Amino acid sequence: MSAATLQESLTTDRLAVRSWRPPIILGVLALFAIVVFGILGPGGNATFRLSQDGDAWQVPNLVVPAQGFGWFAALICAALAVQAYLQTKNVGRPAKWVTMTFTVVFVIGLLVWIIGGTKTQNITVVGLFTGAMLITTPLVFGSLSGVLCERSGVVNIAIEGQLLAGAFTAALVSSMTGNAFAGLFAAALAGVLVSFLLAVFSIKYVVNQIIVGVVLNVLVSGLTGFLFEKIMKTKVNGATIFNQPAHLPDLPIPLLSEIPVLGPTFFRQSILGYLMIVLVIAIWFGLFRTRWGLRVRAVGEHPKAADTVGINVNRTRFLNVLAGGAVAGIGGAYFTLVAVSSFSKDMTGGLGFIALAALIFGRWNPIGAALAALLFGVAGNLQSILSLAGTPIDGQFLAMLPYALTILAVSGFVGKSRAPAADGEPYVKG
Amino acid sequence: MKRVDLVKLELKGITKSFGALVANDHIDLVVESGEIHSLLGENGAGKSTLMNVLYGLYQPTAGEILIDDKPVKFSGPSDAMAAGIGMVHQHFMLVPVFTVAENVALGGESTTFGGVLDLEATRKKIRDISARYGFAVDPDALVEDLPVGVQQRVEIIKALVRNARILILDEPTAVLTPQETDELMDIMGQLKASGTSIVFISHKLREVKAVSDRITVIRRGKVVGTADPGASTTELAAMMVGRSVSLTLNKADAQPGEETFKVTNLIVSNDAGQRLVNDVTFSVAQGEILAVAGVQGNGQTELTEAVLGLHKHVQGSITLDGKQLLGLGVRQVLRAGVGFVPEDRQVDGLVESFSIAENLILDLYDKKEFSRGGTLNRAAIAKNAEAKVAEFDVRTQSAQDHVGTLSGGNQQKVVLARELARPLKLFIASQPTRGVDVGSIEFLHKRIVAERDVGTPVIIVSTELDEVLELADRIAVLYAGKLMGIVPGKSSRELLGLMMAGLTADDAAAQLAAAGAPVVRDPSTEEGEPA
Ligand SMILES: Nc1ncnc2c1ncn2[C@@H]1O[C@H](COP(=O)(O)OP(=O)(O)OP(=O)(O)O)[C@@H](O)[C@H]1O
Ligand SMILES: [Mg+2]
Repeated sequence: MSAATLQESLTTDRLAVRSWRPPIILGVLALFAIVVFGILGPGGNATFRLSQDGDAWQVPNLVVPAQGFGWFAALICAALAVQAYLQTKNVGRPAKWVTMTFTVVFVIGLLVWIIGGTKTQNITVVGLFTGAMLITTPLVFGSLSGVLCERSGVVNIAIEGQLLAGAFTAALVSSMTGNAFAGLFAAALAGVLVSFLLAVFSIKYVVNQIIVGVVLNVLVSGLTGFLFEKIMKTKVNGATIFNQPAHLPDLPIPLLSEIPVLGPTFFRQSILGYLMIVLVIAIWFGLFRTRWGLRVRAVGEHPKAADTVGINVNRTRFLNVLAGGAVAGIGGAYFTLVAVSSFSKDMTGGLGFIALAALIFGRWNPIGAALAALLFGVAGNLQSILSLAGTPIDGQFLAMLPYALTILAVSGFVGKSRAPAADGEPYVKG
Repeated sequence: MKRVDLVKLELKGITKSFGALVANDHIDLVVESGEIHSLLGENGAGKSTLMNVLYGLYQPTAGEILIDDKPVKFSGPSDAMAAGIGMVHQHFMLVPVFTVAENVALGGESTTFGGVLDLEATRKKIRDISARYGFAVDPDALVEDLPVGVQQRVEIIKALVRNARILILDEPTAVLTPQETDELMDIMGQLKASGTSIVFISHKLREVKAVSDRITVIRRGKVVGTADPGASTTELAAMMVGRSVSLTLNKADAQPGEETFKVTNLIVSNDAGQRLVNDVTFSVAQGEILAVAGVQGNGQTELTEAVLGLHKHVQGSITLDGKQLLGLGVRQVLRAGVGFVPEDRQVDGLVESFSIAENLILDLYDKKEFSRGGTLNRAAIAKNAEAKVAEFDVRTQSAQDHVGTLSGGNQQKVVLARELARPLKLFIASQPTRGVDVGSIEFLHKRIVAERDVGTPVIIVSTELDEVLELADRIAVLYAGKLMGIVPGKSSRELLGLMMAGLTADDAAAQLAAAGAPVVRDPSTEEGEPA
C-alpha cells in the first residue's frame, strides 16, 4: 500500500476542524482600526521625510492626510476581516493572502496614526533607520553567535556576556594601542575566551548549558565592572587614557550611499557594518550550502546519527561555540569602536538577550535573525524618536511590541518556529 | 556501479562489558563472503552490542576483528565504513528535517571547490541505486514525511553509497508491514547476489529461516551454537531461550460479559480536515480480546489516541461503563481505569533517564503505597520493581539502572509490567510485542489473556497478522480510517487479507466463497508460528 493511494482514499472534511480564532482576531483588530484610526483619527497630515538635508538626491516628502488614510486602512481591514469570516465559514480557514494583507495594511495604518498624533506630525524615515542600525548591528552579531552555537546544539545564553567582554576589551586595547583594529581583534579574542568557558563546561563537563550561560553573564558583568573602576577610571594627567578608544572610521561607498533611505542606512557604515552584511550571507551560505553546514546542522538535530557516519559531534560543537564567541565579541566592539565614545559599566544593557529573541523570531536562520534584528532595531528607535516627539501612546508600550511578537512567534502563533532538535542536549557517547 | 569485492569477516573472542555487566562474552563469529548470516538471541542477549562493536561505535573490552584474515582496529564508525561495513540501526539514524539526499550525503559528502555541497552528485547515486534495486525513493523528500519502510531504504542506500560489502541489519523488520518485509527480503536476496554479506537480526523465526545461509544463536552474551536454516522454529526457539517454548497459545474460549466499552460514530480528523478515523462504531465486552488489524497508517494510531484523549479533533462518543471519555484529559482517562501500551515506547511509554523502578510507577506515584505526604517511599518502590522485574523477566543488572540502557525488548516488558499492574477497566495495547523475543512473547501473550480472563475488556492493535490471530476473540479491520467489519477470531488469513486491502467483511467473504477459499481457519493445517 503506497502512501499516496491511501491519502486519496481518505475523506476530507475541512469544516470539521474549522477554527474561528483567525476571523475573530482580525475582526477585533478591524474594529480597533475603525474606532482608533478612523473615528478618533488625528486631523492634519502625517509627513514622512525621505531625504536628509545634505543628500545629493532630494526625494520629496510623503504626505498623507492622517484621518482620511486612517479611514481608508480601517475599511480595508474590515473588508478583509469579513472575507476571512466568509472563507472560514465556507472552506474552514482564511487564505494566507488575506491575513498577510491585513497585517501590512494594519501596520501602515498604525504608523500613520502614530505620526499624525505627534505634535510635529512628521518623521525622518532616514533617521529612523540610521538610528536603528545602532541597535541592529550588535543584535545581528549577537544573534549570529546564537545561530552558530544553537545550530550545533549548544544553547548560548552567554551572548550578553560575549558582547560586553568584546565592548570592554575593544575599548581598552584600542585606547592603549591607539589602533582601532587592534581593539577589534582583541574583542574577538575576548568573545572566544567567554565561549571557551561555555564550551568546556557545557560540552566537556556536561553542566547544564543555561546555567553555565547565566553564570558567565554574571561573571563578565562583574569582571568588566571591576576593571572599569580600577583601570578605566584611573586618570593620568587628568585624562582617563584607558577609556579613550580610537574609533573605526565610516567608509561610505560611492554612489550606493546616495540611494535615498537605503544609502544612509546600509552604505555609510564603518567596516563593522559591512562585515555584518558579509557574515549574515556567509553564515547562511555556509550552513545551507556547504559540507560544514550540513554537518553542523546534523549535529544539532540528531547527534547520534551524525556520530554513526563518523562525524565528531563534540568537536564540531566546540569549534562552533568558539566561532560564535568571536562573532559576538566583534559585535561587542561595535559599542565602543563605533557607536559611542567610551566604555561604561554594563553598557550592552540586555541586548544580548534581545539577540536571543531575534534568533528565535528569525527561526535559527541567519537571514531571518538579521531581519528580526532590523525589526527590533527600528521598533526600538521609533520608540525613542516618538517619545521625544510626544505620541498619543506611551513609548514604553511601543517598545514592548517586538517582544510580544517574539513570544507569539515562539508559541507558534506567527508560523512555526522550531529549535534544532538536540539544542541544549549534551551528547554523551553510549 | 563497480563490482563489490568479496570479503570475509571474522570476530575473535569479542568481549564487551558495561561496568560489571558482560554483554558480550568471548564471541567468535565468521561471516563468509556473500552469505546472509543471522543472529538469534533473546532480548538483552547482546546482539546489538556486538554489532555496535563491529561498527566501531563501541570499543571491545577484549578480542579482535579480522577482515580477509587481517586484523583491523576501528576507533569509530568512519573506520568501519572505510573497511566496507555498513549498518542499519535498530532505531534509525536519520535526521528527520533533512532530505533523503542530505541524509545520504552526510559524512561522505561530494563537494565542489571550497566545501560547497554537490547534492546533485548524491541524487544521482541515489537514483542509480534505486534503479538497481527497485527502490522508489525520492532524493528530495523530507525524511520525516516518509513511512518507516522507505526510511529504512534510505538507511540501506546510505550503506550502499559507501560501498558497504558487509551490511548489518539490526531488527529491520520490527517496524515493517508484512508487504514491506517481503520487499526487504527480496532486496536482501539481490544484495547477496551482488556479493554483499549481510548480518541479519530478527526475532521472527520464519524470516530468519527464509533468508539465512547460517544462523548463530547467542544467549546471555555467549555463542551457544549454530543452527541450520532448515531447523524447525520450535528447535530454534528452544536453542535461543534454553528451554522449550510453546509457540502457539492455547487459550480457552472467551466468556464475554457485559459490553462496557463502546465507541460510537467516532471521527478523528487531522489539521487539514482529513478523516483518519471515519465513522467507526464498535464495542468490547468484559472478558474478550478485540484485535484491531490493518496495514499500518490506516487509522489505528489515531483510534487509540482518541480513546486516550491525545487527539485534538475528535467527534462521536467513547464510553467506558457508561462514562463519557471524550473530552477528558489523558490523566483522567488513565484514572478511569484504562491501561495503555503506546505504539512507540521510546517516545510515549518510558522516561529514558529514569530508573526502571521509577518507570514502573510512573502513573502510580501518588498511590498510598508509594508515596505519603508528597514524598516517595523508596523502599516500597524498590520492592515493587524487584517483583515486576522478576515476573516479567526483564534482563537487567539492577532495577535502579536507567531504562535507556535496557535492550529494546526489555524496555517493552517494562511498559507492559507497569500498565498491567493496576486493576483495569480497559486494556489497550499497540504492538504489544514489538521487538520482543519468542520466549517473552509467549509470556506476554499469556499475561494478556490472563487480563482478559479476570474480566477486563482488551483491545490489541497490531500489524502482525500472526499476533492478531493468536490473541483475538474478534477481529476488527481498519482500512483508510473506515471499519471494514468485525469478524470472529477464527477467520482465515485470506479473509483478513482482503479486508485489509479495502473490502468489507461481506464482500470479502463472498469473494472467497466464489473462489472456494476458506473463510474460517482450519486449526489442523496451521503451522505453529510465533508472531
Ligand atoms: N550503553 C549501555 N550501558 C549499560 N548496559 C548496556 C548498554 N547497552 C546495552 N546494555 C546491556 O547489554 C545487554 C545487551 O544489550 P543488547 O542491546 O545488545 O541486547 P539485544 O540482544 O540487542 O536485545 P534486543 O533483542 O532486545 O534488542 C543488555 O543487558 C543491556 O541492558
Ligand atoms: Mg537489539
